[in-house]
Amino acid sequence: MTTATQQTETHAALAGEEPVLEVERYNLWYGQTQALHDVTLNIPRGKVTALIGPSGCGKSTLLRSVNRLNDLIESVSIQGSMRLNGDEIYNPRVDVIELRKRMGMVFQKSNPFPMSIYENVVYPLRIDGVRSRSTLDAVCERSLRGAALWDEVKDRLKESGLSLSGGQQQRLCIARAIAAEPEVLLMDEPCSALDPLATGKIEDLIQELKGEYSVLIVTHNMQQASRTSDYTAFMYLGRLVEYGPTPDIFTKPHLRETEDYITGRFG
Amino acid sequence: MSGSTAVQPDTPSANDPPKGVPPAPVTSVGRSRRRPRAGSSLTAHGEPMVWLIGGGLAVCALMIVVLIGWIALQGFATFWPKPIVQLETTDGTMLLGEVTRSELFEPRIPPAADGDGVEADVVDAGAAVEEDALLGLATRRLIRIGNREYTGTPFRWVPSAAVETETTPEWAVLAERLEWGPFIGVPTGFRIDGEPVADDAAAAWAAFGEHHDDVVRRQTQRKQLERDDTGEVNYVLEHDRLAVRRAELDVQHAEHSHGRESEAYRQAHARFEQARATHAQTQRWAQAEFNRIRALIDELNAENARYEIVMRTADEREVAIPLGEIVRAYPANQLGFFDKVSVYGSRWWEFLTDDPREANTEGGVFPPIIGTVVMTLLMCFVVVPFGVLAALYLREYARPGPIVSAVRIAVNNLAGVPSIVFGVFGLGFFCYIVGGYIDRGPTDPTTMGPWMGALAVLIAIALVAAATTVVKLRAADQRAFGARLLGYAAVALWLLALGVCAWMFIRVPFFDGFFAARAADGSPTFGKGGVLWASLTLALLTLPVVIVATEEALAAVPSSMREGSYACGASKWQTVRRIVLPRAMPGIMTGMILAMARGAGEVAPLMLVGAVAMAPELPVDGHFPFVHMERSFMHLGFHIYDVGFQSPDSEGARPMVYTTTLLLIAIIATLNLAAFYLRTRLRRRFAESQF
Repeated sequence: MTTATQQTETHAALAGEEPVLEVERYNLWYGQTQALHDVTLNIPRGKVTALIGPSGCGKSTLLRSVNRLNDLIESVSIQGSMRLNGDEIYNPRVDVIELRKRMGMVFQKSNPFPMSIYENVVYPLRIDGVRSRSTLDAVCERSLRGAALWDEVKDRLKESGLSLSGGQQQRLCIARAIAAEPEVLLMDEPCSALDPLATGKIEDLIQELKGEYSVLIVTHNMQQASRTSDYTAFMYLGRLVEYGPTPDIFTKPHLRETEDYITGRFG
Repeated sequence: MSGSTAVQPDTPSANDPPKGVPPAPVTSVGRSRRRPRAGSSLTAHGEPMVWLIGGGLAVCALMIVVLIGWIALQGFATFWPKPIVQLETTDGTMLLGEVTRSELFEPRIPPAADGDGVEADVVDAGAAVEEDALLGLATRRLIRIGNREYTGTPFRWVPSAAVETETTPEWAVLAERLEWGPFIGVPTGFRIDGEPVADDAAAAWAAFGEHHDDVVRRQTQRKQLERDDTGEVNYVLEHDRLAVRRAELDVQHAEHSHGRESEAYRQAHARFEQARATHAQTQRWAQAEFNRIRALIDELNAENARYEIVMRTADEREVAIPLGEIVRAYPANQLGFFDKVSVYGSRWWEFLTDDPREANTEGGVFPPIIGTVVMTLLMCFVVVPFGVLAALYLREYARPGPIVSAVRIAVNNLAGVPSIVFGVFGLGFFCYIVGGYIDRGPTDPTTMGPWMGALAVLIAIALVAAATTVVKLRAADQRAFGARLLGYAAVALWLLALGVCAWMFIRVPFFDGFFAARAADGSPTFGKGGVLWASLTLALLTLPVVIVATEEALAAVPSSMREGSYACGASKWQTVRRIVLPRAMPGIMTGMILAMARGAGEVAPLMLVGAVAMAPELPVDGHFPFVHMERSFMHLGFHIYDVGFQSPDSEGARPMVYTTTLLLIAIIATLNLAAFYLRTRLRRRFAESQF
């Protein structure tokens, strides 16, 4: 058992929020190397939570732990607990497939499947065996509207998803992620490969998704975090350093470390 | 080299090397130490290496171009009609024929010793040749004089010095015949029913043109009667004969196991008598059919025999040739360009659509084309599913480790095994063991008791194995020691069940084979080379191609796509089936087509497992089940070998070798082009405008 050398500074404002995802004393090792140390945080329902921190601090690892994508890596071992709406994620009896269906994920690099736009969006339903044309059509339209892509692609749903531009591809991936109405939407630096215009659209979209979905977003870009999120968690060297409402974190952080990082004085 | 003196590159002087010559390397230690290296040294540039690499590529490309170009040139030129020359030689011989080729030779050495297998007579020109020779070499031409039954050898070498006069007679006609190869002569008359109706070349040729088409039509009819109609009767006859043979075997079996007095024996005997009666009836019907067909053929023959063209050979021999014998004839020296194109086209058409004649040296290659296609397709149906499944498991499911590496090395080694080894394996395992089993059943059957015991054991093992599998799959933690142990146990039990199953197959007591009747007559059905066994052998041979290509295609699917699919809640199988496989499809298709090209061009193993020089029947025909997998077949690659090296008239067969090679290369090149096209097309579909 690792002893926490540093306690996470969690702001009091979070206490009032109802959590959708609870992480408690979560540790993760890649082989012998520990990548996450005693992470404890609650992701509030219907809000956007940003994870910031320098490269290699474990943001993406934490995100990928939520939907157990890290299971695909042989050498990973974990300790601690995560609960999605009260259900233990790392319970050995849990069906990982069913678990992942309760979450949506958007990756750093857009990854539309080699199939039509329509099939891309309804993929989560297809693998569930949904055949009803009307259901699929409805979900497709709702998701594409939700991802603010409907007007651009409604006339070419049969075209390959790979024929879209980069920003459109990323919004297509968002549409796919929300098609199954996930309980939490995980975003792993969704704008890092996009130009400012496309980034702006995605950020607007995240604002619109707020309320209906709970969003956990990893970002390198602190402006983005301050623009889009309600709460911000700062991670450093595998530890969660400070976690609180975004305006507080960016204007009056409690810890010196956080302030240094945010103001760019970070060594 | 100028390397020993110091050069001062900074000061331009009259001694500067001319343009294009690289500056001499600076070797003076004192100077070069002060001056920074400009990177202009020859080795730093790498210029010589570029030339070396480029030269290597150029040599390879040149070899390919020369090989393909030579085959294409010879293959395309060989059917083009050549003019016929008449040569009078110094020793008074008259020769009429096509010039096949010319070469330089040393007059002192008898050409028969040159070892290229050409058995051609040589016109002896005596001392004239040696006077003519330059630097000890003289030229000579190979003349195709045809008329094999009169001349003995249809080719003759003629040294240039031996030619007294050379003309191109206006009416020299080349007639391609069904037998004896081409005839070359000048028409002098035409006979109908033995009565001359023309007495000069032009009139005879006109009469030939008038009647030849009808004769060819009747000839085709005759061929159809001989092959198709007679074949149909023979099929029915053979069917009934085999029924009798089967009934006879049943009688023997009944006598052996129940005795002569038993009811089973009496019934079997009654069936045997009935089958014999049916067969006798069929024989009578068949005889009548044969007589009817014979009469029709005789009628056609009699009609065709009425027409004869009379030709005079170069040695003044008058020969009457029945028109039915002539496939195609043309006055070579009168043909205009379009006439030549028409002869050329008709020869290619015959080549592609007709059966071979004269020990494969003439006629067409239709049966080898069909054989090659059927075999390659069958091979594809076997190798693609197995190869793709194996690659999927290796790449997607198997945990990387020593076992997977060993399997991969084994697969790659399989690709390096000489193909003849596959042929030997195919003959021994597929033809004799598996084929023999299908024909005659097990060689050493057990009795019913032990076999039923084995069945009970099999069922028990299978039940336990299934239970173990289910328990293992329902275990909460698949990686736990207990679950893994259960997994190994399940695999071991399934393997054991498989072993028992195999034993039961090999020793099954109540299976006497599907073709015991024919096997008893000494003519095995599946127990010999056939198109099925050839396909399976080639499937083994090309398996590494498919596995390696598929593995590479699977590895090239970006992991981001797999992760995207998993994140959507897809299982591994759903991800493989819906994302990975479609994305890898171009690579898999490429592997398949490369395997087809490899299989279509293979010869050595086929010689052992079913390819023959002359197959009486095609592997596909109108009788159920339409594709006859047990039949031996003709194959283009084997055809090249047979025509080129096994035929008595290798010089005459030379055109067929070139054209068949050209055809085979064209088929394989088409397959490879298709692979290339497919790959670029699908790749474009999947990689369209990433950003």
